[in-house]
Amino acid sequence: MWTLIQIELFKIFRRPRTYIAFAAITGLIGIIQFGLKLDGDSYVDFMMRDITSSITVEGKILNGYQVCYIVLQVLLVHVPLLIALVAADMISGEANMGTLRIMLTKPISRTRFLLAKFMATIAYTLLLLVWLAVLALFLNMILFGTDDLFLLKSQYVVLLKKDDIFWRYLWAFGFAALAMTTVASLGFLFSLFAENSIGPIVATMSVIIFFTILSTLNIPVFNKIKPFLFTTHMIGWKEFFDIKVNDANEAIVGSIQNPQKIINSAVVLVIHIIGFFTASVLIFKKKDVLS
Amino acid sequence: MHKLFLFIVSLHITIFSFSQDMTALIMKVKTKLDQVNDYEADGKMKTDVAFIKAPVGKVKVFYKKPNKFRLKKDGGISLLPKGGVSVNMNSIFTTSDFVALAAGDAVVGGVKTKVVKLLPSNENSDIVLTTMYIDETNLLVRKAITTTKENGTYEIEMSYGQFAQYGLPDKVVFAFNTKDYKLPKGITLEFDDNEKQLTDAEKLKNKKGRVEITYTNYIINRGINDSVFK
Repeated sequence: MWTLIQIELFKIFRRPRTYIAFAAITGLIGIIQFGLKLDGDSYVDFMMRDITSSITVEGKILNGYQVCYIVLQVLLVHVPLLIALVAADMISGEANMGTLRIMLTKPISRTRFLLAKFMATIAYTLLLLVWLAVLALFLNMILFGTDDLFLLKSQYVVLLKKDDIFWRYLWAFGFAALAMTTVASLGFLFSLFAENSIGPIVATMSVIIFFTILSTLNIPVFNKIKPFLFTTHMIGWKEFFDIKVNDANEAIVGSIQNPQKIINSAVVLVIHIIGFFTASVLIFKKKDVLS
Repeated sequence: MHKLFLFIVSLHITIFSFSQDMTALIMKVKTKLDQVNDYEADGKMKTDVAFIKAPVGKVKVFYKKPNKFRLKKDGGISLLPKGGVSVNMNSIFTTSDFVALAAGDAVVGGVKTKVVKLLPSNENSDIVLTTMYIDETNLLVRKAITTTKENGTYEIEMSYGQFAQYGLPDKVVFAFNTKDYKLPKGITLEFDDNEKQLTDAEKLKNKKGRVEITYTNYIINRGINDSVFK
């Protein structure tokens, strides 16, 4: 199995398309870092305009942790589109080149073949996230330093102490890995239905964009379907940055406001991953590869 | 007519004499506070504002005559009421140009106090009115309500302990008005729909904020470099 995965990884990383996502992430984070380094104070002033009417906020707001949060907030909505570039090409790309038939002549079951491709897709997704973590978290920690994290939510603000943040980011990236794997599974499933890559890639992107818009719209009629959309649960990583308060309204260091919500979202995402992959296996087993 | 004239004159004398009495009391408190040329204090700060979730943080407070005041958090970010924390007793008393009027007696924290209204004579002063609750026996300000032009009204309540002889409190509670805080969910990228509807009582409570500073140690009259206040 490991050999199969290695072969798939080799194929993924030989394609120039694979590096588009890495380059795009590097470029986007670089631009954000450049902009914030150059004119970060103006950005902070704009960000704080609603709260500074009654509260004075003193300290180094624009630090590495803050920049990382800004980057993740912006990028984790768009990274799925980059993942779709590779995930939705996994089977359709082979079908397009005519190599799918040849590969299936080997004495490997279709399930094992598909599992190897799926594992390679997950490996690519995780590598992309590791790259994102290196640039967004570690590089920003070096460039902007570390300090407390001040976050603006829709109804309140959260202040996290410097030594109570790093573990939250590790969990957040772990959760993001789950969310991105869900996207990869969807792209992987779509890649079974086409003989060229464009269709599945566009289909995956369309579903993500459509669901994300539905998740974002705050219209009561859509609120009932929101919990069933995987895009609603993909932003569950943000829950790691909300803190509990005691009866005296003091934030409890090391706590998470709603851990159950994170667990629920993680379960929903895992169910989607299993569902998409199971559907892929069932469809692929009956797929006519001779055409 | 003669009786009316006498009544007005005596009323004027009464008010004038009351005002004088209160100025004397204020000056006594000021003299007590004047013992302190500067201080540096360690403390713990708790911010209690409905829309802020913040842990208790360690702070350092610096004061130097006549009105230099700085509150620094031991690293990290601090959230303070706008303009409020710098209103400390020493800085209130820097103005000698005021009118002090008696406004009766009151009990603050179980201590009987004199209520004194301080009106600054200078029209350009940011402080419009300060109401002080002064413990006459110990010459300590137990509570002060200050109305400012720019930053609303603040209530400062003080508890004293081992540094009472210098008029320095062990605990200060600032109460202030806050404005509503709300950001569109589209900006914060929050997709859920679990917005809690607040009752009128909760809304009113949410408009009040408190910052509580508990001092653990004072270093008095050892000299502080001006650069600390920059």
